[in-house]
Formats: sequence, structure tokens, C-alpha cells
Amino acid sequence: MSTDHHKDSIWTKYIFSTDHKIIGLQYGFTSLVWLLVGFTLMMIMRYQLAYPGNPVPIVGNLLGEGGIIPPEMYNSLGAMHGTIMIFLGVVPLAFGAFGNYFLPLQIGTIDMAFPKLNAASYWMYFVGSIVMIVGFFVPGGAANSGWTSYPPLSVTATMGQTVWLLGMVFLITSSSLLGSVNILVTVIQLRAKGMTWMRLPIFVWTQFITAFLLLLAFPPLEAASVLQLMDRLVGTSFFMPSGLVVSGVVQNYTGGGSPLLWQHLFWFLAHPEVYVLILPAFGIITEVIANNTRKPIRGYKAMVYAMVFLGFMSFIVWAHHMYITGMGTSIGAFFQTTTMIISIPSVVILTTLFLSLWGGSIRFNTPMLFALGFIPMFGIGGLTGLPLGLAAADIHLHDTYYVIGHFHYIVAPGTIFALFAGIYYWFPKITGKRTNETLGKLHFFFSFIFMNGVFMPMFVQGLAGVSRRLWDGGEIYAHAADVLYLNEVMSISAWLLGLAQIFFIVNMIISLRGKKTGETNPWGATTIDWTDTTSPPLGHGNFETVPTVYRGPYEYSVPGADKDFTPQSEKG
Amino acid sequence: MDIPYTVKDRPDTGLYNGKLGIWLFLASEVMLFGGLFSAYVFLRTGAESWPTGADILNVPLATLNTLFLITSSVTMVMSWASLKLKEFDKFKLYAGLTLLLAASFLVVKYFEYTAKFDHGLFPSTNNFLGIYFTLTGLHVIHIIGGMIVIFFFWMPGAKMWESDPDRFTNRIEIVGLYWHFVDLVWIFLFPVLYLL
Repeated sequence: MSTDHHKDSIWTKYIFSTDHKIIGLQYGFTSLVWLLVGFTLMMIMRYQLAYPGNPVPIVGNLLGEGGIIPPEMYNSLGAMHGTIMIFLGVVPLAFGAFGNYFLPLQIGTIDMAFPKLNAASYWMYFVGSIVMIVGFFVPGGAANSGWTSYPPLSVTATMGQTVWLLGMVFLITSSSLLGSVNILVTVIQLRAKGMTWMRLPIFVWTQFITAFLLLLAFPPLEAASVLQLMDRLVGTSFFMPSGLVVSGVVQNYTGGGSPLLWQHLFWFLAHPEVYVLILPAFGIITEVIANNTRKPIRGYKAMVYAMVFLGFMSFIVWAHHMYITGMGTSIGAFFQTTTMIISIPSVVILTTLFLSLWGGSIRFNTPMLFALGFIPMFGIGGLTGLPLGLAAADIHLHDTYYVIGHFHYIVAPGTIFALFAGIYYWFPKITGKRTNETLGKLHFFFSFIFMNGVFMPMFVQGLAGVSRRLWDGGEIYAHAADVLYLNEVMSISAWLLGLAQIFFIVNMIISLRGKKTGETNPWGATTIDWTDTTSPPLGHGNFETVPTVYRGPYEYSVPGADKDFTPQSEKG
Repeated sequence: MDIPYTVKDRPDTGLYNGKLGIWLFLASEVMLFGGLFSAYVFLRTGAESWPTGADILNVPLATLNTLFLITSSVTMVMSWASLKLKEFDKFKLYAGLTLLLAASFLVVKYFEYTAKFDHGLFPSTNNFLGIYFTLTGLHVIHIIGGMIVIFFFWMPGAKMWESDPDRFTNRIEIVGLYWHFVDLVWIFLFPVLYLL
């Protein structure tokens, strides 16, 4: 692929570009919009939970008669919130946007290995996300069987489920296949001279391992989607047991299938998916922490090996989502053991990040605040997961708000904080401008408070036994009466959290309209994405001359050096 | 500046980009078919009764199809080897033969499918036929996809032989790797569905 400078129209330059930076930005904008949409769905649901049966203000007329959310609609909102946040929001932002934009810059290549496939992957993602949303407009509304789509419920569900499955096939092909093959080949083949494996920034390592997980874990869900499509459209009964009765009506299926088969195939994808969500976050946080403590991170190799081990182990823990399906104790014992083992590398990574703060001269700028917020929030999310990994405790906690609290602590104040840290950290790289620190700090502190306001009460409700899928928020549960007031606390926190994001949006708009600072390396970073290209980077081609790498990625405050950072491309 | 290693091998990996890419793609395909084969095992072990494939399916036709596909894999290699030996006419011949054999496979498959439908055997009849039609159907889609690509390089895409013969040879190698994989899937499908 040559980089001939033919005349670019706005179409070839910004819409159908094959430049990894433009594609990264396309992924970024699209996924941020979806994050907002997914969050909006949740803010609507939280009204129903706080004030069950009351008409929803502002958007009520769209939802149902008299502005009250009907239960089927509530289920649709829940299923689509999960699907949109994970498959249209966080994964494309963490992997598609950050991976595409910064990975080639960090390893010193002029583009991804397959630029056209890269553009195709974005457009597949775009089409898939539109297909997902079309579900809201088909008879019966969008998919309403949860983001996990468990059969037999999902097989007997309305047409929205078929649309969901079709959308999923598109999304799997885009993010998993095209995106991950591209990232893997780029890292293996296109590293600059001297960029050995142990000189790769941690961000590149995390993207590399994430790509492997996407490549190998998503196809089983594609297989499962094909089987469920067959069940729904052709009338097979892969997931339909014999003699199924729904609402007193005997279902017309040949039967002989097993709903558990879906759960196995689904969780074989969805557990590695958890690490797809968290690994890029580790990468971003590591870059920010090393840069803002002005010292090398502690235990680079320990971190790399822990991540590789984490990626491997993530394939053999899936059935810990299925303890209450009646599995035997010996299988349960196996998955409990692997689940306890996989917590070790997570702890190693978190500890190295935490120890990296020791003795550093910390700069409390906006990206660093988000990174510092990430560490305890991910810690809470991870530690509350341990009881869920043990069958005895999980039987009580399964499908309660405790589970919701646990994984939201990992993804929302965890991964999403990391993504915000990344956006603030790399904003000067992309635009050549600076973000407003005051607005950024307000954004962080309000987000931090309200995130905890939303998710901390969920542990309390969950321990009390409130199920996660109740349309009325637990009003009919006698034993939930004592913790019911928390619904209002969580809902108000969620709406205020939504308002806090205005700081972010305003900050982005103001900063984009500001003047270019002319600095190439405002944070004093060592990796070659900052030191050997301009900010914003050159068009197609990135580097004036591709640099040669002479040292590791985090050589901050090297004794005897003339400045407190030594770029990777500096000889010596 | 050009992206490096699009045609030449990178010294430390010994691969050019496209070849590594197709191997990774095939790894992903292994997981796709692996998931479906696992589903087959799961359904069969959980079923009260499971028919023997040979009682329902046509083993002689499938044996013929196996021969077609194995031969097509051989002709595929020959077409790539011909390019390595700079014999473009032989490439045309062998690639054409590959297409012909693939088309023969599809014709046989068509007669097999219609015979099932005529006897009232549909995917919804039981789970054995369900997984049979799903697995072979997905395999047929892979065959058709491969045929489209081979046809492209056989007719319109062959112009590249004049402008960039090394890159063209690499492309045929990559298509070949994919084609052998599709062949290999059938080698697993045949005994699992027809004989066991």
C-alpha cells in the first residue's frame, strides 16, 4: 500500500479513509455516541426502578401508554443497555479506537498491516450497530431476553431477538476477526527496528493479548448465534428441550436440545470478553501512571507474564457463570479452582500499578486522577468477584444486584475511567491542543462520587437478595423492603452522573476550538508516539523517518540523564 | 513510505503479512467449527437416541465428494507451484480444475439436499438432521466463498501476474491455505456425520 498523495476529497479523507488514525477516530466518535445512548437507556430504566409505575418525564410518550414503561419494554431496555455498552461502546472504544490510533504509533509503523481491512472492520461495526438499533422498531420491540440471550426464552421471544443475532454476527466479524487479525499481524510483523518484545509499551502488550482473546473467543458465540438463528428461523431445536410449555401452551418443537448448550457456548465467549474489557484499560492506566509518577513502572516483566497468563486462563473459567445450572461438584470444583487461580495475575497487575506510585513525584493532572481513581475502583470490583467465584456463596448471590454491582465496578468506574484517562492523556497528541484542567477535574470528582453512589448500594441490595431483573425494583419482595429506599439513591446518582458528563462534553468542545500549543510532547513521555512524530501526527505515514528503538518504554528519571525522561529512540 | 513485508518475508518471523494474517484467520475458523463440533458432541451425548449417519445419509455420494475435495486441494497446490515455476498457463489450467471440482462438490451436495427434502427430512425433523444441515451448510458457504476468490484470481485478478508476479503468487498461496482448511473441515465432517 503506497502512500501516494493524490488529491483527497472530504469523502476519501474522513469517511472512507484507510489511515489508521482516521479509522481510530471514527471508532472513537461512534463508540462514544453509543456509550451515551446505552447510558441514556439506563437513566430511563432507573426512573422506573425508583418510582415504579409512575409516568417517566420528558421521554415517557415514546415508551408506552401514559408514559409508564411496560415490563416488556423494560426488558428490552435492559438487554439493549448491556449489548450497546459492551459490544457497541466499550470494546470498540478500547480496542477499535485506542488500538487503531496509538498502537501503530507506539511500535513505530506507518500504518496497520491491512489498511483496507481496517476500514472494512469499522464499516462492518457501523452496519452491525445500526442493525442492533433497528431492533427497537420491529414488531415486539428490541431483544428482551437479556444481553446473555438465554434460551428457551430467547428462542420464543419476539422478532427483535433475530435482529439482535444478525447484528451480533456483523459485530463479531468486525471487531473480532478483521480488527484482531490486523492488530496481531501489525504487532508481530511491523515493529520498528530495535522494538523487541520486551521493549513494547504495556499498552501494546494489552492490545496484543486482547486481540488474541477476540480472535479465539468470539467464534464460539458466532457458532451459537448461528444455532440460535436456526432454532428461531428454521425450526430446529438445538436449545429447546422436549416437552417445553410456555404460559400453559405446549410449544411446537421437536425438542431434544439443551438450553445449557447455549450457556456453555455463550460464556466461552463472554468470560474472555471480560478480559477484553479490562486489559486495554490496564494498558492505558500503565502509560498514564508511568508518565505521571516520573519513574519506571515496577515489575514490567511480571506484568507482561501476568497478562499472558491471564489471557490463557480466561479460556478455562467460563462455567463459573453457571454454578446454579445443576452441574456436578467435581466440575464445580475445577471451575472454582481455575477462577481462584485467575485472580492471581489480576492482583499481580494491580499491585505493580499500585507499587509504581511508591516514591514517584506524582503530578495530579486529569488523566492521572482518573488513573488513580481506577485502581481502588477496579480493586473493589475484583475483590467482590471472589465470592461469586465460589459456588457456595454464588448460589445465594447469583442473579442479584450484587452481581450487577460487581461487574459494573470493573467496567464503569474501572474500564470507563481508564478510557477517560486515555482520552485526556492522548488528546494533545490527536489535536495538538490541551484540555481544560479545571473542567477535567470537575468531571473526575463528580463522576467518582456518583459512580459510587450508583454501584455501592447494589451490593447492599444484592446481599439482601434483590433479583437483578425486577421491573418494579423489588417492590413486591417482602425481604427487600428494608433496602428499597436505595433505589432512589442509585437513580438520583445515575442522573447526576449523566449531568457530570456535561463537563466532559463541554471540555472537549472548548478544547477543540482552542489554539494549538505547538508542543509535541507536553507530558514529557518516553514512548515513540510522543517523541518521534508531531502532534497532531502527520497524515498517512506518521513518521518523517521511522525511528530506531534503543531502550525500554519507561525510562523516566534515569540517573545522570539531562532530563527526567529518556525517549525510547534516544541512543546511549 | 510503504508498509513493509507485504511481499517479502520478515527475517525474524519468516512470514509475510498476508500469510500470518490468513493463519490467524484460520485459527479463528477452527474455533468457529470447533464450537459447532462441540455442540454436536454435547447434543449427541445428551440425546435419548441418535441415528447412525449411514442409515439416513448417502455415504457413496459423500465419498465421491470427499474425492472431489481432496483432488481440488491437490490442483490448488499445483496451481501455486506452477506460478513458482513461472508457468502461468499451467496455473490457469489447475486453478480452473480446482473450480470445476468445487462446482462438482456443490452439484452433488445439491442432489443430496434435495433427496433429503423429498423424503420429508428437514433440519427441524430432529437434532441430527439439524446439526447436519447447519454444519454442511456452513461448510458449503465456505466453499462458495473460496470459489469466488479463486475465480477472481483465475479471471480478472490474473492481470496482476504481469505487474507484480511475486505478490500474485503470494495471493494464490494464501487462497490455497484457506482452501486446504475448507477441505480439512470436510475431512472431519465426513466421518462425524456420515460414518459414526
